[in-house]
Amino acid sequence: MSKTTTPETSDTTSAAAEDRDLSAAGSELSTAPKEEGPNLPSLGVIGWARWFWRQLTSMRVALLLLLLLSLGAIPGSLIPQEGTDATKVAAFVKNNPTLGEVYDKLGMFHVYSSVWFSAIYILLFISLIGCIIPRTWQFVGQLRGRPPAAPRRLTRLPAYTTWRTETEPEQVREAALALLKKRRFRAHLAGDAVAAEKGYLRELGNLAFHIALIVMLIAFAWGQLFKAEGFKLVVEGDGFSNTLTQYDDFKSGNLFTSDDLNPFSFNLEDFKGTYETSGPNRGTPRTYQATIDYSVGAYGKERKTTIKVNEPLTLGDTKVYLAAHGYAPVVTVRDGKGNVVYHEPVPLLPLDSFATSSGAVKVMDGYRNPKGQKEQLGFQAFFVPTYHGGAMISQFPALDNPILALNAYHGDLGVDSGIPQSVYQLDKSHLKEFKDSKGQLLKKLLKPGQTMQLPNGAGSITFEKNIKEWAQFQITQQPGSGWALGGAIAAIFGLAASLFIQRRRVWVRAVRGADGITVVEMAGLGRSESAKVPEELGDLAGILYDQAPGAPDPDDDPTPDDPTPDPQAVPAEGAEQQ
Amino acid sequence: MTLAAATNEHLANISNVLIYSAMAVYTLAFFAHIAEWIFGSRSKVARTAAALSGKQEAKKAAPAVTVNKAGGTAVLERPKVVVRAAAGQRDVPDGPGAHGGDAQGDLYGRIAISLTVLAFLIALSGVLTRALSVQRAPWGNMYEFNITFSTVAVAVYLLLLALKKNVRWLGLFLVTTVLLDLGLAVTVLYTASDQLVPALHSYWLYIHVSTAILCGAVFYVGAVATILYLFKDSYENKLATGGTPGTFATSVLERLPASSSLDKFAYRVNAAVFPLWTFTIIAGAIWAGDAWGRYWGWDPKETWSFITWVAYACHLHARATAGWKGRKAAYLAMLAFGCWLFNYYGVNIFISGKHSYAGV
Ligand code: HEM
Repeated sequence: MSKTTTPETSDTTSAAAEDRDLSAAGSELSTAPKEEGPNLPSLGVIGWARWFWRQLTSMRVALLLLLLLSLGAIPGSLIPQEGTDATKVAAFVKNNPTLGEVYDKLGMFHVYSSVWFSAIYILLFISLIGCIIPRTWQFVGQLRGRPPAAPRRLTRLPAYTTWRTETEPEQVREAALALLKKRRFRAHLAGDAVAAEKGYLRELGNLAFHIALIVMLIAFAWGQLFKAEGFKLVVEGDGFSNTLTQYDDFKSGNLFTSDDLNPFSFNLEDFKGTYETSGPNRGTPRTYQATIDYSVGAYGKERKTTIKVNEPLTLGDTKVYLAAHGYAPVVTVRDGKGNVVYHEPVPLLPLDSFATSSGAVKVMDGYRNPKGQKEQLGFQAFFVPTYHGGAMISQFPALDNPILALNAYHGDLGVDSGIPQSVYQLDKSHLKEFKDSKGQLLKKLLKPGQTMQLPNGAGSITFEKNIKEWAQFQITQQPGSGWALGGAIAAIFGLAASLFIQRRRVWVRAVRGADGITVVEMAGLGRSESAKVPEELGDLAGILYDQAPGAPDPDDDPTPDDPTPDPQAVPAEGAEQQ
Repeated sequence: MTLAAATNEHLANISNVLIYSAMAVYTLAFFAHIAEWIFGSRSKVARTAAALSGKQEAKKAAPAVTVNKAGGTAVLERPKVVVRAAAGQRDVPDGPGAHGGDAQGDLYGRIAISLTVLAFLIALSGVLTRALSVQRAPWGNMYEFNITFSTVAVAVYLLLLALKKNVRWLGLFLVTTVLLDLGLAVTVLYTASDQLVPALHSYWLYIHVSTAILCGAVFYVGAVATILYLFKDSYENKLATGGTPGTFATSVLERLPASSSLDKFAYRVNAAVFPLWTFTIIAGAIWAGDAWGRYWGWDPKETWSFITWVAYACHLHARATAGWKGRKAAYLAMLAFGCWLFNYYGVNIFISGKHSYAGV
């Protein structure tokens, strides 16, 4: 005990000294930074910079930024977002022109990539880094150092116990040291007391959690910059190889280059859908699955696999998803002389959940009309897999009674005009209708195998029997997802360690009292008040008590060390344990 | 209609009957709790007042050093641990519970708990028969989610009771809100049993949604404790500053645990479940990655889960580091639970997104 020159009797100074003593005992139980008041710096750029940095990395600002992050995320869930639904955004702007303009200026239609949202999380993560680095050093320092020595008055700590024993103080201390070490405390003898600490894993977990957050953010950012996403419709029997030109639709991050595309290719062997055949949910899809042959690299080995709705094919950081499916009736078009000018499956777009589909057959070249002139043919196509008479509306999504309805046109399809055109629609502006005998637009419902003749020997179109299906694949490449997942797992474990492990200190003092009997005092201190700290102290005391059993109590003075009973000591927390 | 569909309908009807029966029994439990509180009001406990109005005499009696003498032989018993509150916290003893020490009140309280156990078992069989009738996990729509949610919340409460935790004071508040939740489920949210679309067919459904329901139930218990903490804390504040709270407030709040105990209970409950909530969001992201081709797309449900997560992180942060303890941290916890509620009701009802297919 370090006695100062100040006499013990001086009330105020001893109290102050005691407080210092106690705060030393509880020091660095966490590596949380010290909070400082917002005292303004003395002038100078460096002074201000340092002040700014200290503010940014303070817990108060971290808390504020966290709150701002959650507030900032709200508008994106209430206002339509370009990234998820661009048509809704357009509709919103049309209906609310003034508000739309304001929102647009504020980046409200792309909140999560807006300047202000980015600013919040970037500041938060700078703050986080500025917080983690010093905390890590501090933690390393704590691991190197030793738990602080016992404060003078152990009675003032949150959990306390004492007894008298005839065992020698040295022996008690040795037993205590051995006991605490066995319980995997870091313990050492300091003066007349043993000081011990446990639960460093909590701090490690906390640091791991915060570092994992940074890893996740970087992985996300990386993924955004280098990601690529495209769609490709493939008819059964056809294939796809992963190059830019093959995609129907392609989006990529800012730093993505086409060299980054994983080289692989696949053929769609078969698509199968099964549906509920009865009950109130008749027609609800039960399974969708695409069987494919794929190979990786230029000369990779062919492998067979199936892709289902929840089970994409994973090739490195590329995933191939089954996104949609539909029917592709095979049609054959012949000219007036009977030569085949077109023989292909025609993918049609489903219009409802029972696969009523529509599309267009476009015969672009190779056809000559009966006069021998080059011409193009166009057919509007409607298809139902299960026809029950009446309107062309499907009654069931599977191929129970397929019917193809065709309207026939000839002339110029307008595909060379340079304006991009949907493959599913006919641009009729330069097309003429084929007429039937009554002068109406030529149209017919065909069963598989049936043929519609074009008038005046213009040829024919046949609906072939083998109806194919198509599957649309979504091919995404998102590098960094492995890192994000690793970060997420580390974050969960770090968090669990940080929240479930208690960091706590235990001191055992054994000194010879005035009457020659040893007085043992034990005290425990946790970072937050937890019922576990007194429980554990009781445990330890019980064991130690067996090794240093109690001695008879002197009648007059029950506690030589602390003659006045502490009025504050009330079992406040014990009540909660019951 | 096929035979299978008919049996399913039959099971769904049984489930409905069970849920209504559970509501009836919960109502009885509710009245038993009311009786407990009424009989408990006969006792005039005023421990908080005694502890806070400067009457230190009672406290002096508490032994500072509990070295117990065993009889006259002066042989020491095992040492007892003395616990004290940390600096800056009020030392207030916990209230005795709703029965206020009154024997009759206590009896009604025990009856209420027995009835709650019974109602819980009936509700549980209701949930299970519902699951059997739809042949999948019972959380495909809001009706099913609600009945499962309240059942899990009661399970959490009963589990804490079984572990001998001091949570009996939760009883009335919990049963009241469970009744509200079930009432909402059977009236506004009722959905006939139906099947799931392929996007919902995944084992992640079981992992992600079951942890989400458990987290919600635990957050909910934490939120009840937080509200009670706020009341009790202002009550103690009033006493400590020499005010005199109303008789009703005194009668009710005297019987609750001390504000510091409520605060600690709420914190522990929230902190314990926060890692699981983190896991729930990550599991959802993994599932979204498989089902929708991206693991995070700021879908409204995802966004609000994230907001809820950040709000709870704020609460824990505020608690873990100085300055924002007590009431301020409690407000943050309420805010976080508000986000959770909105994520469940608000997002499903007002905002359409990829998660909405399950139907209201
Ligand atoms: C990115 C957002 C952040 C999240 C989600 C987050 C979350 C958390 C959580 C959940 C805890 C555990 C609370 C507990 O132990 O009871 C925690 C503790 C902590 N965080 Fe953060 N945090 C973030 C950013 C920061 C920043 C920017 C700083 C520094 C300025 C920081 C410093 C700390 C400290 C010092 C602790 C307590 C350590 C201790 O109790 O020993 N955190 N944080």
